[in-house]
Amino acid sequence: MGVTMSATLLEPARAKPATAPGTSNPRELHRQTLQVNGKLHHLALDIRTTLLDALREHLGLTGSKKGCDHGQCGACTVLIDGQRVLSCLTLAAVAEGRDIATIEGLAQGDGTLHPMQQAFIDHDAFQCGYCTPGQIMSAVACVHEGHATTDADIREYMSGNLCRCAAYPNIVDAIKQARERMEA
Amino acid sequence: MRPFEYAIARSPRAAIAAFGAAPPDAAAAGGSEYLAGGTTLLDLMKLDVMRPGRVVNINPLQESAGRISAGPRVLRLGAMARMSEAASHPAVRQDYPVIAQALELAASPQIRNMASLAGNVLQRTRCTYFRDTSYPNCNKRAPGSGCAAIGGVNRQHAILGASEHCIATYPGDFAQALIALDAEVEISSPSGVRRFPVSKLHRPPGETPHIETTLAPGELITAFEIAATPLAQRSLYLKIRDRESYEFALASAAVALDLRGDTVADCRIALGGVATIPWRAREAEARLKGRRMDETAANAAADAAFAEARPQLENGFKIELGKRTLVRALLQAATLEG
Repeated sequence: MGVTMSATLLEPARAKPATAPGTSNPRELHRQTLQVNGKLHHLALDIRTTLLDALREHLGLTGSKKGCDHGQCGACTVLIDGQRVLSCLTLAAVAEGRDIATIEGLAQGDGTLHPMQQAFIDHDAFQCGYCTPGQIMSAVACVHEGHATTDADIREYMSGNLCRCAAYPNIVDAIKQARERMEA
Repeated sequence: MRPFEYAIARSPRAAIAAFGAAPPDAAAAGGSEYLAGGTTLLDLMKLDVMRPGRVVNINPLQESAGRISAGPRVLRLGAMARMSEAASHPAVRQDYPVIAQALELAASPQIRNMASLAGNVLQRTRCTYFRDTSYPNCNKRAPGSGCAAIGGVNRQHAILGASEHCIATYPGDFAQALIALDAEVEISSPSGVRRFPVSKLHRPPGETPHIETTLAPGELITAFEIAATPLAQRSLYLKIRDRESYEFALASAAVALDLRGDTVADCRIALGGVATIPWRAREAEARLKGRRMDETAANAAADAAFAEARPQLENGFKIELGKRTLVRALLQAATLEG
């Protein structure tokens, strides 16, 4: 994994400027900021670094999971400017200047869980738990989009998040409970 | 993933300049690629199938080339609009149903939030032999190396538009919807802006399956335009697949009908899941025009659409499946209000 080895949290002296205006040399680290859960981070990353790797390997935010790393499983789902996207198919460089929300920022500061997190616990909506952060981030967006009004809608609009334990019926129930509390 | 030069462009002109400014060693490494949503490009770069020496991030073009505007005579879809934006646009849903349906039945909500409309149209095949570099022979990936899918596992592959060099299926849905509404594509090139029908964008594999479109290197799609005609109102997209959601088509049909009473004054048919390119079924259209729209006419159109089908060992089922898909789509469209 050359990507993660060659990148680092920012030490300004190690990040050289790009060779030509508007372009960056692949052998030099790309200096950038990422705003995650309201906090601004300064980073110097190999340009190949995905947002998922930046979160997990460089910011220590390991809640977002690397399932397939090819945009097929949804375990890496985060919100960018409120929209659910796949962090494994997003370059960290492209996410600069955007508002990124991950599972780590969902609960309140005092530890009170988000209604969606509480609903997943209440309805036993996971078994191994690996897909759960992606499920929850996706589900929060699903409710905000207005795509959680019927069971059929929830199943259709959550189809980008796979659960190999097949906790799907309980996930649907959890989303229905959370929807009521989020809309209250 | 291989190393690449990174550039960010804030206008089509700057994007084209950055694309063409790639140094010779970048060209040797695979030339330049535009990066929008990244759902095809990043995936295929990780698989080492695409190896650009330079990546030009064109996401800042969302402001100038990402707008959707629905006027009385034309619908303009900015190329950088996301699939989800176009699918949820009230005027698109109301007046161009085949567009909204084709977008909404594709991919997952996350991917629809990411993928640009132009990127969707240009998405690469899902052929396993193309995506897996452990197979040396793929004419699309390595020109002249052969085709592992012919004689291989080819249940998903094309029965229309294939050649002895490539039978890979075009995987998308939205391009068929555009073709069914006579959409035009607008392109920025180093020499200016040009437009032509979306139906002329994709090239069948022939002897050069690695050349997939009629775009010259560096040309950038900036918009799609659709005229508001009676065809658009009575249009729909029907997609048949192994799973109910988040799956590519085995067979699909984008159909648009202009009916005068029961008679077909005009129609457009584009097929997905069965062909190497978004497949305009002109023979089927010709069979329907001037005829009364009923099951007999729909069956005759479907027979015409698949008359030239050439199945492989495992995908012969697509002929019957494709015909039934088209018949159902036509009969459903006929019941819509025009």
